[in-house]
Parts: sequence; C-alpha cells; structure tokens
Amino acid sequence: MKKILHILRRRSAEEKPYWEDFSYETQDAGATVATALSSLHAENRVCASKEEFRPVMWEHSCLQKRCGACAMVINRVPALACDTRLSELRGDIVQLEPLKKFPVIEDLLVDRSVMMQNLKDLSVWLEGEAKSGPEDMAFEASRCLQCGICLEVCPNFAPGGSFAGMAGMAPLSRLIARLPGEQRGRVSRAYIKGVYEGCGKSLSCRDVCPADIQIDELLVKSNAAAVWKRWNSIR
Amino acid sequence: MEQQVSVNIIGAGLAGLSAAKTFAEAGIHVRLVSYQASERAQSNLAEGGINAALNVMGEEDSIRGHFEDTLRGGCFLADPNMVRNLTDGAPGIVMEMDSLGVPFHRENGHLIQRNFGGQKKKRTAYAKSSTGKVLMTALIDAVRRYEAEGLVERYPHHCFERLILKNGRACGVQICDRFRDQEIVLEGSVLMACGGMNGLLGGLTTGTTSNTGAAAAMLLEQGVEFANLEFLQYHPTTVSITGKRLLVSEAARGEGGRLFYLDMDGNRRYFMEEKYGERGNLMPRDVISREMVMLGKPVCLGLTGLDEKTWGVKLSDLREEIIHYLGIDPAAEPVPVSPGIHYFMGGILVDEHHRTNIPDLYAAGECACAYHGANRLGGNSLLGAIFGGREAARTAILQLSGKTEAGHASPQDTRTCRAVTEAEGSIHEEMTQLLAKGLAALRDKETMETALNRLVELRTQAESTDASDELRSKLLLGEAMLRCALARKESRGAHTRLDFPDTDEAMRKTTVVRVEDGVVRIRFREIPELRQE
Ligand SMILES: Cc1cc2nc3c(=O)[nH]c(=O)nc-3n(C[C@H](O)[C@H](O)[C@H](O)COP(=O)(O)OP(=O)(O)OC[C@H]3O[C@@H](n4cnc5c(N)ncnc54)[C@H](O)[C@@H]3O)c2cc1C
Ligand code: SF4
Ligand code: FES
Repeated sequence: MKKILHILRRRSAEEKPYWEDFSYETQDAGATVATALSSLHAENRVCASKEEFRPVMWEHSCLQKRCGACAMVINRVPALACDTRLSELRGDIVQLEPLKKFPVIEDLLVDRSVMMQNLKDLSVWLEGEAKSGPEDMAFEASRCLQCGICLEVCPNFAPGGSFAGMAGMAPLSRLIARLPGEQRGRVSRAYIKGVYEGCGKSLSCRDVCPADIQIDELLVKSNAAAVWKRWNSIR
Repeated sequence: MEQQVSVNIIGAGLAGLSAAKTFAEAGIHVRLVSYQASERAQSNLAEGGINAALNVMGEEDSIRGHFEDTLRGGCFLADPNMVRNLTDGAPGIVMEMDSLGVPFHRENGHLIQRNFGGQKKKRTAYAKSSTGKVLMTALIDAVRRYEAEGLVERYPHHCFERLILKNGRACGVQICDRFRDQEIVLEGSVLMACGGMNGLLGGLTTGTTSNTGAAAAMLLEQGVEFANLEFLQYHPTTVSITGKRLLVSEAARGEGGRLFYLDMDGNRRYFMEEKYGERGNLMPRDVISREMVMLGKPVCLGLTGLDEKTWGVKLSDLREEIIHYLGIDPAAEPVPVSPGIHYFMGGILVDEHHRTNIPDLYAAGECACAYHGANRLGGNSLLGAIFGGREAARTAILQLSGKTEAGHASPQDTRTCRAVTEAEGSIHEEMTQLLAKGLAALRDKETMETALNRLVELRTQAESTDASDELRSKLLLGEAMLRCALARKESRGAHTRLDFPDTDEAMRKTTVVRVEDGVVRIRFREIPELRQE
C-alpha cells in the first residue's frame, strides 16, 4: 500500500503554514495514520521543498485509542491518527491538518488546555463522598478521552465561550451519576451553564466520538437530573 | 522573610496525582509537571483491576493472604515491610477510590472482585476492562479541585530535563516547556512519578510512547541509585499490532479464559492446566511467559467458553478492542497470543518511605523499585502507584515541616528537549533491538554480553557525535539494565537465565546500580527482615 501524506505544516503559531508531502509505503494492512507519521524521514519527502527538513510534530501516547493524544483532522474529518487505518482511506492522498479549534503549536500539535480550563471553570469535582449511583452512567461518562474531536465538529463550541461541549458534558455526567444530594444545586448550575444552555442538539459530536461514548443517553439522563430535577429517573 | 516551600512532582499518572492530592490535602503547594496532560498517561490504559483484600466474595480472604501472595509472586525479592504496608493499606485505597465515585463493578449494590494471576482469592476490584481509565478520571477530578484553589499548579506539557543538586541534596528541577521551547527552573523537593522506561524498548511494550525513559536515564547519570533493572515483566497474553504490543488483559483469564496450543493431531493442549492444575491459567505472569517461550509453539487464548453475561457486563470493552485491532471476535474464535514487555519491576531505589539515596528526592509508581520484587502480580501496580504516591508525599511532608527555604536552584547548562535527529534515531533503534535481544524472556551470558559490548560501542559513538544528552543517558541506562542482568547469576521471577536455571538463595538480594564518573557500578544489598509488629 502506498500513500502520500499531504501535511499542513507550520513552524510556530506566528509563522505561515505550508503544505508538505511525504510518501509512505507499507505491507502492513493494519498501518494507521499514526504508523505512517512515526516513520517519516527526510527521504520520505516527495519533493524537497525550500524548507529545511524538520521532523513532523504531533502528539501521541497510547497508540490504541485510549488516550486521545493523537486527534487531528484527517481528510477533513477529525479523528484519532492511531484509530485511522490507511487502508480504509479512499484515494492515494491522505490530508492531515491540526485540529482547528485550538491554537497550533507546531505542525499537527495543538494546545488543548482550554478543555482543562473549562472543566476547572465549571468546578468539575466532587465534594465529600460520592453516593452510590448508576455505575453504567458513571462508567460511560468516565471514558471520555478529552480528545477534543467532538468540539471540532460542534457548531456551538468556541474556545473562550461558556459552552464546554460534550467534552464538558461527559465529566459533569459522571458527577451527576454519583452526586451527594447537597451538591445537586452546584453541579446543576454548572451543567446548565456549561452544557444545557449552549447545546443546540445537532449531535454531530455523537458520530465522531472515537470512544463511542453514548452521548445522547448521557445527555438525556443528565438533562433529566440536572435540568428537570428528576434525580430519581437516573437511579 | 519566610519563603514558601513547594514540591515538584514529575509525572501526572496515578502516582503523581495521588501524591499531588496528598500534598494539597495537607495545604502544601505542589507543581505537577508532566510531559502530557493526565488524560494521556499510561495509567489510563490499565485494564483488569486493582487489588485489595476486601473479603467481599465470601472466600475468607485476608490481608495476610494478599501479603503472602505478593511476596511469593515477587519471589521474595521485595522488602516484606513495604509489602505489608501496601497490602495493609490496600482496602483503604480502594474504598477511597470508591468514595471519589469510581464506578467499580457491583452487583445488587455490592462491590464484586475478580480472579487475577498469582492470587488465591478473588481480590481484584474492576470496571470492565477499563479500570485505569475510571481511576484516572476520578483522581483527575479530585486534583482539579486543588488546582482551582491554587494549591496544585500544573505544568502539563513540560519535559523533565534534570535534577538540580546542591551539596548532594535535590533542590529543584529543570524542565522544558515543549510548547514554547522554554527552559524553566523550579525550586523545591522533587517527587518522581514518571512511569516505566518503555522508551528504551521502542515499540515492543504494551505501554505508552510518552514514557520515554529519558527522565530515569538522566537521574541515573546524575547519581541516583536504581535497583533490580534486570526484571522486566513479560506479560503472557499480548499481540503485536502496528507500532506496539496490545495487551489482552489478564481479566480474560480471570473470567475463565484458557491457554492452549494445538498438538500434531490438532487437539487442544491446555498446557498450563496440564502442568499446574486447575489454576494453571492464573499462575503468575513470569511462570506462564516462561512456559510459553520454552514451549516454542504458537499459543492461543480460548475465550469461547465465556458466557454472554461475562462478555456483556464484564469484558465488553475488551471484546470490542480485540475485534477492532485483530479482526477476531474472541467470543467466537481463539486469540493467538505471545509474551510481550509490560512492566518494569526495577527502577529508582526507594526505602520503605519512598526516599531515594538523594535527600529531598522521592519516587513512586512504576518508576520506583518498591513492592513487586522479581515479578509483579496483576492488579498490584495500580495499587502500588496510588498507595506509593501517597506514601512518598506523606514522607516528604514530614521532611518539609520546619523547613522554610528550599535552597536556591540555578540551571546547569541549558538544553532544549528537541526532536531527535535521524542519526540519533538510528542509534536509538539499534539500542532498542540490542536490549530486546539481551533482555529477552530467556537469557544467557553470551547474548547479554554481545548486546552489552555493542551498546558500549554505541555510547562511545554517541559521545563522539553531537548526540543529545537524552540519547547518551538512555544508552547508559540500557547498559545498566544489561549489567544488572549479567550480575544476577541465577533465575528468579522474570529473570530466567539458561546458563543459571536455578534460584540461588544466596542471591536473594536487591541489585543496586549507580553511575560514578560515567561508570556503571553494581552491588547487591540485603533485603530487610520483616519487622515484628
Ligand atoms: C495496557 C496496560 C494495562 C495495564 N493494566 C493494569 C491493571 O489492570 N492493573 C494494574 O495494577 N496495573 C496495570 N498496568 C500497569 C499500570 O497501569 C502502571 O504501572 C501504572 O499505571 C503506572 O502509574 P504511574 O503513575 O507510575 O505512571 P504513568 O501512568 O505511566 O504516568 C507517568 C507520568 O509521567 C510523565 N512523564 C514520563 N516521562 C516524563 C518526562 N521525561 N518529563 C515529564 N513527564 C514525564 C507522563 O507524561 C505521565 O504523566 C497496565 C499497564 C498497561 C500498559
Ligand atoms: S466526548 Fe468523545 S469526542 Fe468528545 S472529548 Fe470525549 S472522547 Fe473525545
Ligand atoms: S495515541 Fe492515544 S488515542 Fe491515539
């Protein structure tokens, strides 16, 4: 299998982006975009551009879609590089761009700290002991990778805004599932402000979430509890 | 004027988070430095569960049983006093995680535990096959609260560069902001929680690429003592996927999976059960991996006997993962497996209180050599990371009381964490291959010496070129691993030598390694006796 990786590169946020192509050939049917990115050398360059060769910067860690590090835009769709098999991409050219809702650091590396900041602003933590509650809901909500892919496709999310998107909804749902009664007010307010009021229910997030989090189900349950005060409905 | 005392934690996986929480609860300001955000740490990958003798399964389990299994599983190479602390503390740790809202598996409201390797009782609390992830989510939330209060200050895209020493004490760290390419010096004591040394073995481990081993390598070069580096855990059920080894969790065997090979007549031979009886599939990992390598035949993990409920409620995520990566539905077909590197029992040498040989430097989690002896039991490492992080922090807190200034730290020669050049890349690649060969599951003097000699050549080569400090120190760490393995002239736990196949009671000692003037020196240290309570 042979592919051309067409990568939007940039030395730093201040400098102008440019495209650079690399060729990648493999016999490995399971090879992913991550595999290809790991093995790019100067010799892979399709035509030596004026730029001096620099290794392509991108974030990676688990290589098994469990950490969310490698999120990027692949053929115009946000996805995890380690979860995208080259054999499943149509055509010879694989276009790679950094996520667009976050500041670019270099090449495909972006700064997603706004996601962590949102969770801090929404006070996403428990005070006192968790109550026993629906394990399934807490489990599902705990699985969010904080990869940011849902935010990339969300028409309502903008960095700096008050809507935290599904990346904020999932952690808040975890709290809602295990919340001691006296904290309902605090967490409900955070949920309404950070999630409910901003969500236009386009649910485009559902189709792209690489962890396949049951977003609609979490939303329905969390809305019922935190917005409509039907706390018993989730028990 | 009194200067505020701060502590610097390197690593934000379970050990780092647990330490940060402990400091913050005591009102002490900490800086939590990690290469990447906590959500990316290896702890998120942990699957099967966390051990504690909760005795909830009606099997008359006891803390004593957990203690004995851990010590025996580690072939009596761990400090029994430390193991006792760990196993005594385990129930409290799991209950604390429960109170943070971790969705452990429950039936009718009661917490359920599963079987795991090397343990006689069902002692492993879990959440399907995603236990590490749910623990991390809960601890990240718990620490976030202190971030908002200003007690925990995150440096979440920062790389450890070196320890700053003054008169032999740790008085700070030099780190690099990867996003801004900026050197930063942080003053105060240092707690290392930087995980395993995966990076030395490239794509041959089940872990993450971001645990590069660079921090450990630099510490070794700076005179920090390491221990038991010869003990690499080969997990029996892993599969090679692109770029790494994929773990098939021990939970699969805990829930009834059976290992077999096909004999010449095409019959399934359940070799572990044939040799070790009913619990053969749940022998400790070192035993199973050794049997598999000696067998020299393709082995499969049979999971087709598991019932619908087990797949649906306990292992649905594992099933999805196997289907996704291997294209095999484990409920319908056996999964071909082989041993792969999974855990580092060796690491920074710590005493019972998680102190290192350098005053004001502590270590916990997988980067430390603490609880697991010659072979770690599944489920004990999540426990060891959370418990160890807390213990290390508690020790540091005691040392801090009364201290008002941390000592001034000034940077040494600066260096930025930069991308590797292609020449460095090829040296690194060769090092990985040498270590994989030299430290294979079955070893002997000749293979280890061949690997060592070439590694020493590579180090000279790297020194004569403009190689980074990181590469040079990693070559040194690789050399230290091989020298530890050569020095241990016996077979014990994960260290199996074809030329010394027996366990030698006289070698029941800790291998201690340190670098002095660029030379790797090894000595053996007695293991403390279990103190009377
Ligand atoms: C696939 C898999 C499954 C597992 N399943 C289980 C299980 O079921 N039960 C069990 O008990 N154990 C299991 N383990 C082992 C267990 O997950 C780890 O040993 C444990 O999580 C280690 O935690 P830690 O906090 O020490 O390190 P990690 O979670 O690895 O965290 C290390 C931290 O250090 C940071 N870091 C590393 N290097 C640097 C540097 N140079 N500069 C700055 N920061 C740095 C990283 O970014 C990270 O934040 C499993 C391991 C794997 C790989
Ligand atoms: S909800 Fe899904 S897409 Fe969004 S951050 Fe979490 S894992 Fe990623
Ligand atoms: S590297 Fe972890 S999700 Fe891709």
